[in-house]
Amino acid sequence: MADIAFLLLIFFLVTTTIETDAGLDRMLPPIEPPDQDVVIKQKNIFTVNINKNGQLLVEEELMDLKNLRQAAKDFLDNGGDGTCNYCKGRNDDSSSDNPTKAIISLKNDRETKYATYITVQNELVGAYNDLRNREAQRLYGRDFTEMEAEYLNPETATEIRDDLKDKVKRIQDLFPQKLSEAETSTN
Amino acid sequence: MLKIPVSHSSRVPAVSTAALPDIVFMLLFFFMTVTTVKEQSLKIENTLPVATEIKKLERRDLVIDIHVGAPLSPYAETFGNEPQIQLNGKFARVSDVGPYILEKRASVPEHLRALITISLKVDQKARMGLVQDIKEVLREVHALKVNYTTYSAERPQSTP
Repeated sequence: MADIAFLLLIFFLVTTTIETDAGLDRMLPPIEPPDQDVVIKQKNIFTVNINKNGQLLVEEELMDLKNLRQAAKDFLDNGGDGTCNYCKGRNDDSSSDNPTKAIISLKNDRETKYATYITVQNELVGAYNDLRNREAQRLYGRDFTEMEAEYLNPETATEIRDDLKDKVKRIQDLFPQKLSEAETSTN
Repeated sequence: MLKIPVSHSSRVPAVSTAALPDIVFMLLFFFMTVTTVKEQSLKIENTLPVATEIKKLERRDLVIDIHVGAPLSPYAETFGNEPQIQLNGKFARVSDVGPYILEKRASVPEHLRALITISLKVDQKARMGLVQDIKEVLREVHALKVNYTTYSAERPQSTP
């Protein structure tokens, strides 16, 4: 009896793969064009271009990948028009007005390697997460990423999730993730 | 001082193994319940890129997978070495992606359809052109929630 059970046990042990997939969540833009044209000031757009060799052109300048996160954070956290009371940036007039207006535009070539693209996406999401963590630490004394993971986990109790929902929403509104994936350049 | 009585019989009784089958059965049932039989065998290379800022995909039943990668050697003769799309265990073209998503979505209860996530499992060596084409198709069928599935940076060696 025990032998047969052992045999089956070993079979299932070997074949088991406990799948937990994880990755970068993104929303694609809807295909319908917006009703009216939205005018966005050039200084509120942070352009990141990846060419087919994986080189980065950030705001018309060549940049190393390791500097990208800090550059994105500086841009988002700038608070140029002084309406952002939680920003700790340089208040540079030529950079973004407010985190809620700041948009990161990511463009890539058709020949760009997928791995490069993901690494860049990762750095940009990381910039948002760093800033959100900073604000969450200031307001609630814990990291935003941790709060969000707990909120999204279906095993968390309902009352805790309701409590977290407002907090997560509030932090997200302070630094809304506006990451535009523009159409790929054809050349 | 308390004296612990020491039995002087030299023979220690053997540990009873009567409960062993119970324990083994318990473990067996545990593994039987958590086991997920792989839905499809991959016919393509699928080494995902690595990222750190990742979120877990909850609700497996609301996830639609799209695999992209170069065909493995037995299929390379027929399908070439360029990255291909694999849907549900079969090679597919970009134009097949839309109908596939719609078909999968139709099998999900209506109130859950908005929560469907497309998991893009793209090999790290693939080019963005193909991924871009897939993204265009996804936009056309209004499947806007995507997840670029990656390995987490802590354990880049794990296999799917």
